[in-house]
Amino acid sequence: MKEENRKQGYDFHEASRTETMTINMGPSHPATHGTVKFFLTLDGETIEDIDVEIGYLHRAFEKECEAQKWNGVFPYTDRLDYTASVLNNVGYAMTAEKLIGIEVPERCQYLRTMISEMARMSGHYTNVGAGALELGALTAFIYFIEARELLWDLIESVCGARLTHNYVRIGGLTNDLPDGFRENVKRVFAKNRKLWDDFDIMLTKNRIFLDRMRDTGGISQKDAIAWGFTGPCLRATGVPYDVRRAEPYLVYDRMNFDIPVGTTGDNFDRYLVRMEEIKQSMSIVEQCLEQMPDGPINVDDARWRMPSKDDSSTKMEPLIFHFKQVIEGPSIPVGEAYQAVEGANGELGYYLVSNGGGKPWKCRVRPPSFALTSALPLLVKGSLLADLIPTFDMINLIGGECDR
Amino acid sequence: MDTIIAFVKQPLVMEVLITLVKIGFIFGLTIGFFAPMLAWVERKQSAVMQDRVGANRAGVFGITVIGLLHSLADAIKLIFKEDFIPRGAERGLHTLAPALAVIPALVVFAVIPFGGQYTLWGHDVSLVIADLDVGILYVFAISSLATYGVVIAGWSSNNNWSLLGGLRASAQMFSYEVTMGLTIIGLIMYYQSLSLVDIVAKQENFWHWGIVWHFPAFVLFLACAVAENKRVPFDAPEAESELVAGYFTEYSGMKFVMFWTAEFIEMVSISGMCVALFFGGHHIPFLTQDFLLNALGDVFGPNWGGVIVMLIGIGVFITKLVILLVLQMTIRWTMPRFRYDQIMKLGWKMILPLSLCWIFLVGVGILTGVMPTP
Repeated sequence: MKEENRKQGYDFHEASRTETMTINMGPSHPATHGTVKFFLTLDGETIEDIDVEIGYLHRAFEKECEAQKWNGVFPYTDRLDYTASVLNNVGYAMTAEKLIGIEVPERCQYLRTMISEMARMSGHYTNVGAGALELGALTAFIYFIEARELLWDLIESVCGARLTHNYVRIGGLTNDLPDGFRENVKRVFAKNRKLWDDFDIMLTKNRIFLDRMRDTGGISQKDAIAWGFTGPCLRATGVPYDVRRAEPYLVYDRMNFDIPVGTTGDNFDRYLVRMEEIKQSMSIVEQCLEQMPDGPINVDDARWRMPSKDDSSTKMEPLIFHFKQVIEGPSIPVGEAYQAVEGANGELGYYLVSNGGGKPWKCRVRPPSFALTSALPLLVKGSLLADLIPTFDMINLIGGECDR
Repeated sequence: MDTIIAFVKQPLVMEVLITLVKIGFIFGLTIGFFAPMLAWVERKQSAVMQDRVGANRAGVFGITVIGLLHSLADAIKLIFKEDFIPRGAERGLHTLAPALAVIPALVVFAVIPFGGQYTLWGHDVSLVIADLDVGILYVFAISSLATYGVVIAGWSSNNNWSLLGGLRASAQMFSYEVTMGLTIIGLIMYYQSLSLVDIVAKQENFWHWGIVWHFPAFVLFLACAVAENKRVPFDAPEAESELVAGYFTEYSGMKFVMFWTAEFIEMVSISGMCVALFFGGHHIPFLTQDFLLNALGDVFGPNWGGVIVMLIGIGVFITKLVILLVLQMTIRWTMPRFRYDQIMKLGWKMILPLSLCWIFLVGVGILTGVMPTP
């Protein structure tokens, strides 16, 4: 039959032959924020193959750390997960303190817990809001951006910066809470809860949003663990793993909070988990403020925590320590340490090696979104091009953290 | 001078002049007024909905007129922008496509009545450019031509994203064409006419307004019309997070704005269709035109009274138009967008069967007399 057709000059198979389309999505594409490139092979609109290229935001973070004094690394850590930058500060400081073997005062621990949770909220606001934005719901996005702005006002009042906080130091913090902070928190959280409710009403039961999110980008529990998932994406599959619970650090063991878990591991569960975590974080912040004792915020050891400016400009000994810290850096004992904190995206681990000098000999970060991004082909292969958008967003690749 | 007046007073010349005035009015209303105003409304209403300030910068000597001058500033900027045609694009078609998108959106207005019939100084004035017996069919025929502009734009740009957008648009617009036609069959059965002028005339009594008996058809029609216009939640062909900008990714300057304008004008014509079909056109509820003519005719004389009634009619029509436009804007700024296959599913598996059901129900209603026809 085929031969006959060919003889007549018409080949049905040839005429109805389809080709796949290869297309570069990114690095400058509206959906590939955080700067990433997808090399897609499309059959119509179905994703046949996807190649994820990361590294567009690589700035040699780990190598750069080796050239900085121990405290000089903090501004660089801010730029890892820039939507929740103080969490990176806390992780790094805690690892360095583990290496030294000191424990920060109780008030400092409470403050760190509090500001970490605020950072987590900010990260989730950004992520969930951007997810809505990319599905076309700009209004919902702006609602969460407003909530985040208010939150950033609070953070700004504490540490003077809105995005890159640079608030934590080895052995303490840069400064204590400002006056009237508690009242501000009360005011801002009341407004945040209202915005949260509005957002929830607009999207959670919105049929279009449900259709876009449900049953897209799903992953099984087993696969999620095998691919090294952590954070909301792992919890969405039903695994209640949270560093704050599994290996409590700071004062998380004293906090009363729930760990939301999903059931199916799809995008909608990831969304729900993040939404609930925002509420839990708000409650943790309030608990911190309630339980927070008075007292110093820095360790009283000038070898690790730089003396205050007042002291070092009036007294001899603090001046010497100040000089030594600035010129040589703290001489952290030889050794290595790993400490993980629960970042906005999952387990954010720092592995530090010291050779006794004033600079880290090695600083390695375990970024949660690297593991998540590596599983992206698994999540979207065979689905429609449009499904890549919510899946990629809920994976929440943060270029600064993934590429370092 | 006298010869000119005599020439103008010939009935045929008068007819032509009146038609030209009407065309000029509609042209000014859509391109001149609604297109820039909707650009402003889109910015300002979204700002209000999102707790923002919105456009308020562009101004002359510090006078900003609540951001109204932004449309003017935009126009000036876009006229002077580089008109970019990508390498490898079909130059002719690439240039033609924006026009193909705008023209159907504009000419649909020819059959939408924006007022009633009036007798002024011995001339019959009917406020519709072309009173076609098959007005509704004309609307569908013309609006399906708009597909060409979009598809050609997508194909001729030599860009894969544009191509995907064009393909999505062709499938979507074609599907909703069919469905949109079916959603108002019930209405046609009810009014027993395909002429929009007839349909509007039959809605003089408020209880015969389309919306009273045909509310489900209105919802289905509006959904189809928004899908046809490719606005959120049906904006898969231009989904900015998926396809960059879809079929007009490779357009810049005024050509880009023509797609934009087409979208806005189509919004106006959707609203115009809805007003004519469901909201009684220029009619005021519980107030007949004759009553107004008599009341105002006593005060101002029959001719000037007629002019005032005509202006009131146009005002009522535009008010209804604006309300429906605000409704469309509100939908646009509330909803996320559908996935492409979900749009198709909604069209073929939900709206189509529902509109068939509605046709059946209307048929039964008319036959049994439950639904009294006007």
